[in-house]
Amino acid sequence: MPDKLRFYLDGEIVTLSGIDPTQSVLDWLRYTARRTGSKEGCAEGDCGACTVLVGELENARLNWRAVNACILFLPMLDGKALMTVESLKGAHPVQSAMVDLHASQCGFCTPGIVMSLVGRSMGACGTAGAEPAEVLAGNLCRCTGYGPILKAAEQVASVPFDDAPIREALLKLRRDTLLVLSYEDPLAGLTRRAYVPRNVDDLAEILIENPDVRLIAGATDVGLWVSKQHRALPEVAFIGHLMRDIEVTPQGVLLGAGVRYSEARAALADLSPDLGELIRRIGAVQVRNAGTIGGNIANGSPIGDMPPALIALGAELTLRRGETRRTLPLEAYFLDYGKQDRQPGEFVESVFVPAPKAGDVVRIVKLSKRFDSDISAVCVAVHLRVDGAVVQGARLAFGGMAGTPKRAAHAEAVLTGHPLTPERLAMAAEALRADFTPLSDVRGSSDYRLAVAGNILKKLWFEIKNQGGDVLGVAHG
Amino acid sequence: MLHLAFGRAPHAHAKIVSLDLSAVRAAPGVVAVFTAADIPGDNNVAPVAKDDRLLAADEVVFMGQPVFLVAATSAKAARVAAKLGRIDYEALPALLTIAEAKAAHSLIEASQVMRRGDMATLAAAPHRIQGALEIGGQDHFYLEGQISVATPMEQGGVHLLCSTQHPSEVQHLVAHLLGVTSADVTVEVRRMGGGFGGKETQASLFAAAAALVAAKTGRPAKYRADRDEDMQITGKRHDFTADYDVAFDDEGRIRALRLELASRCGCSTDLSPAINDRAMFHADNCYFLENVEIVSHRYRTHTVSNTAFRGFGGPQGMLAIERVMDAIALHLGRDPLSVRQTNFYGPKRNLTPYQMAVTDFVADRLVEALKTAADYEARKAEIDTFNASHPYLRRGIACTPVKFGISFTTSHLNQAGALVHAYVDGSIALNHGGTEMGQGLNTKVAQIVADVFGLGLERIRITSTRTDKVPNTSATAASSGTDLNGWAAWNAANTIRERLAGLMAARNGVAADSVVFEGGVVRAGDEALGFAEVCRLAHFNRISLSATGFYATPKIHYDRKTHTGRPFLYFAYGAAVSEVVIDTFTGEHKVLRADILHDVGRSINPALDLGQIEGAYVQGQGWLTFEELVYDARGRLLTHAPSTYKIPCASDRPAVMNIHLWRAGDNREPTIHRSKAVGEPPFMLANSVFSALTYAVAAATGDPRPTLDAPATPERILRAVKGSGL
Repeated sequence: MPDKLRFYLDGEIVTLSGIDPTQSVLDWLRYTARRTGSKEGCAEGDCGACTVLVGELENARLNWRAVNACILFLPMLDGKALMTVESLKGAHPVQSAMVDLHASQCGFCTPGIVMSLVGRSMGACGTAGAEPAEVLAGNLCRCTGYGPILKAAEQVASVPFDDAPIREALLKLRRDTLLVLSYEDPLAGLTRRAYVPRNVDDLAEILIENPDVRLIAGATDVGLWVSKQHRALPEVAFIGHLMRDIEVTPQGVLLGAGVRYSEARAALADLSPDLGELIRRIGAVQVRNAGTIGGNIANGSPIGDMPPALIALGAELTLRRGETRRTLPLEAYFLDYGKQDRQPGEFVESVFVPAPKAGDVVRIVKLSKRFDSDISAVCVAVHLRVDGAVVQGARLAFGGMAGTPKRAAHAEAVLTGHPLTPERLAMAAEALRADFTPLSDVRGSSDYRLAVAGNILKKLWFEIKNQGGDVLGVAHG
Repeated sequence: MLHLAFGRAPHAHAKIVSLDLSAVRAAPGVVAVFTAADIPGDNNVAPVAKDDRLLAADEVVFMGQPVFLVAATSAKAARVAAKLGRIDYEALPALLTIAEAKAAHSLIEASQVMRRGDMATLAAAPHRIQGALEIGGQDHFYLEGQISVATPMEQGGVHLLCSTQHPSEVQHLVAHLLGVTSADVTVEVRRMGGGFGGKETQASLFAAAAALVAAKTGRPAKYRADRDEDMQITGKRHDFTADYDVAFDDEGRIRALRLELASRCGCSTDLSPAINDRAMFHADNCYFLENVEIVSHRYRTHTVSNTAFRGFGGPQGMLAIERVMDAIALHLGRDPLSVRQTNFYGPKRNLTPYQMAVTDFVADRLVEALKTAADYEARKAEIDTFNASHPYLRRGIACTPVKFGISFTTSHLNQAGALVHAYVDGSIALNHGGTEMGQGLNTKVAQIVADVFGLGLERIRITSTRTDKVPNTSATAASSGTDLNGWAAWNAANTIRERLAGLMAARNGVAADSVVFEGGVVRAGDEALGFAEVCRLAHFNRISLSATGFYATPKIHYDRKTHTGRPFLYFAYGAAVSEVVIDTFTGEHKVLRADILHDVGRSINPALDLGQIEGAYVQGQGWLTFEELVYDARGRLLTHAPSTYKIPCASDRPAVMNIHLWRAGDNREPTIHRSKAVGEPPFMLANSVFSALTYAVAAATGDPRPTLDAPATPERILRAVKGSGL
């Protein structure tokens, strides 16, 4: 059984064995490879100072993604190509533009910003058609105010890059066997193990044999358990390369659990522009390039970036254990705070998002302190089936209002069977008080959450009448 | 290299009853563990008052305070082991907020009062209103966290590579802590990954930890705080409350103002006296206050000791008076800008509350120019029309000025030194006491020196700031970096230039002042030699090619007992127009456009100055909008990483930003090349964002009393729109 992970870096194949399987790529770069250009600014994927590019073969093409190296585990590079700021040798047009335009002051964020913009110049994942400010939403700079950086981005939008040699190299790194890494952890005093399954059947088998294996897809959550809490995870399986299919039919979109936010965005935006906008506001490019929708569902966060919207749309979840599959409505999966309907050995395989019918009202609103790269204080998803003027069916799902992403039964009842009027919406807003008793935390008080959730229902009236808009749509005078 | 981590207290206020660190010592990778008892000298890392401990000895005074120090073979090993301490505490009552400290009369020093004129006027004017404003703190969020590397040297000495704005202070504190002399300790700073005031006093803790371990183990030691620890245990911008009682005439001109400021200083003195003084110095901003009483309370709480942050109290004082202006305008139904202009300093109205004459006032001209350039009147009219018609969005616009006093208000800090060497190949090594943190100080000082020698910038090498090259320096702070170090370096370079000029003059029989240094060539009479050739000649003639330079700011003096004097050499000015939109259903807002005109005197480097202005504005925008420090009931900071503490990101920058340096800018005082300081003043341009939000909220409520507090998070905006009941 192979026990060495291999990846491509600047013309060489790096082969590693005996490594800590949850060592971050950033720590490896800085402490072992002595590539200290990538910086640690937060160790939680929020500042982008450690941004690197990862290239992976998808069919015949090389798919490049900007990701945060601080929450990327080394085995996640297996069979892939890594590019760091050192790979550019100081000679990339993005770097020249940054220098010429005074886009670097203290310089600490600069390597990460350069890598994000180099990714964009190569057409990396999640950058097509995106404004520079969106591409850079995950790269914090405290000095410049961003203006010169955005100007540099405008100046160097695209730079040809020949990745044929890298494609060739990666073809030779393909695996047809299960990779198992074993590590004697001196700090934790135990042997830790990591699996990189070849395919989903491998995964199903591993989980039957050992249901306690922690699954890691994008590591945008589990990464922090290690980087922040220094947890020693005894057994993990890296599954980010599995269950990657997107199937679009007239009935809806079927997403494999390993589909990343960036990759799902276009198909989901076609179902509902609001859903596309919600994805744009989840994390930033680096996080959306790593995090998977399946992972977001599986870990059962009470905010749940995607689940409120998916629940409102009537999404169905398919879980698999061994060869057995079962499908359930997404909302049934979330049992309680930190508790999901997942049996030992079972894993999330796919989620199906039905297409709304013509004439349906779909509105998804995320509220946070900052627009980009922030976690919702409240997420509101409204899906109304309207026949004539009367609401025939209402699905209202909320994040940040309870211990799980949850529907508002009282408010739904208020709306169902009645014409949609400002008064009805106000009654539904009031009914939310019977549905939810939200917590107060750093993102907002209980009062605010209740008030604003109701206000979003009231605001819906103006939006349906097309008298709405929000602050992001207003131009200056 | 040993890597370090603190074991930290889980109480805001507690007595340490017993300490069992056996599990820490036994943990894998641990090499040594230290407590306060292991410190050979003073257990102190405070800048002035000796009241900050490296390691708590018996009492814990803020949540997360370091109690012991672990040295291990890796950062991870140290951090994991640091959680294994078994410490018994006796929890004590903790004062966490301004209100709690006020009730308990817990102060770091006596409340200060600045008073002038007749306060009876308050009751005699046509109008009188009262109000209050809460102003949140701010974390520096320099992208590079606190870090120091200590290397043991011979004879008990230590070399520190440290990310600090104040190498001399680190040097002196470490010397006292180790019980060695300052000459035994060398602190070196190549550059910082951002400072913003957060590495003025706060670097000492980490430097002292690294130095202690290096001294005790004889091995190099590094302390790199991770983001969470950095945010939990380093000081921040002070949060303030401001209560005003103001009387004014029908035009909005202030007859009398009583302003009561209160701030949360945290658990120790740090620089809080000077910071709160600066809040008082800036509570006038650009406005003449004939009858005025400014009271300032400095509260001691069981939270991290708040510290310097760009503006150093100035922003809070200035925001208070801008709120007063907005409140007056709303009360009278007048244009807030006209109220501001009515109150501007002017002829016979030029004395500050601390009795310094404002003789260089240009804010009136600046504001007038900006008002036109930004099309303020027409846009305001268009905004009012929009507000009258939109069902729930409201826009706001505001123009606010800035007048910021330049000099350390502690007069003796206004000095600097430099060291310049010319080598026989004509290259120049330049060293000065300032530190580079991204602001471009090294570039500006190198330009100044290059200019003295008539050389291109490529001939100048700026070496890292070292306490063994230029001693007893002041912090790179108070926007003073170029003013002080630029002159010191000029003086050093000019000493060498005069020697070279003397040599060339003597060779050619001409007067020394006729020797010209230009384009890498030195001309005297008919002779023109390359600069390198002149240096070689000087060396053969046994003329020193090395010189120190020194500078002390003239004219300044201040009597803190009476709060009168001339604390500042001059003022820097600026003005901004900001436009915002708010959603009255959600409380969300967006800053749509900013127009800025700023006075940097005669700019030494316009690109650097523009960079400071834009960066400062956006940082100020963050302070007043997204950046919220949230503590729980036990005093634990909950927003200690970028996942929860939101600084502006690229899309938060106003989509339209027009930034210009004021072309007429000059400095009446003989500053280096007649330039003006630029580090802090533009931070307060962002006050216009807060006033614009206040305008938008008022448009939504029609209420003449502004209630919006800072930071204007969606929740605070919604509360201001709907009233506190939401």
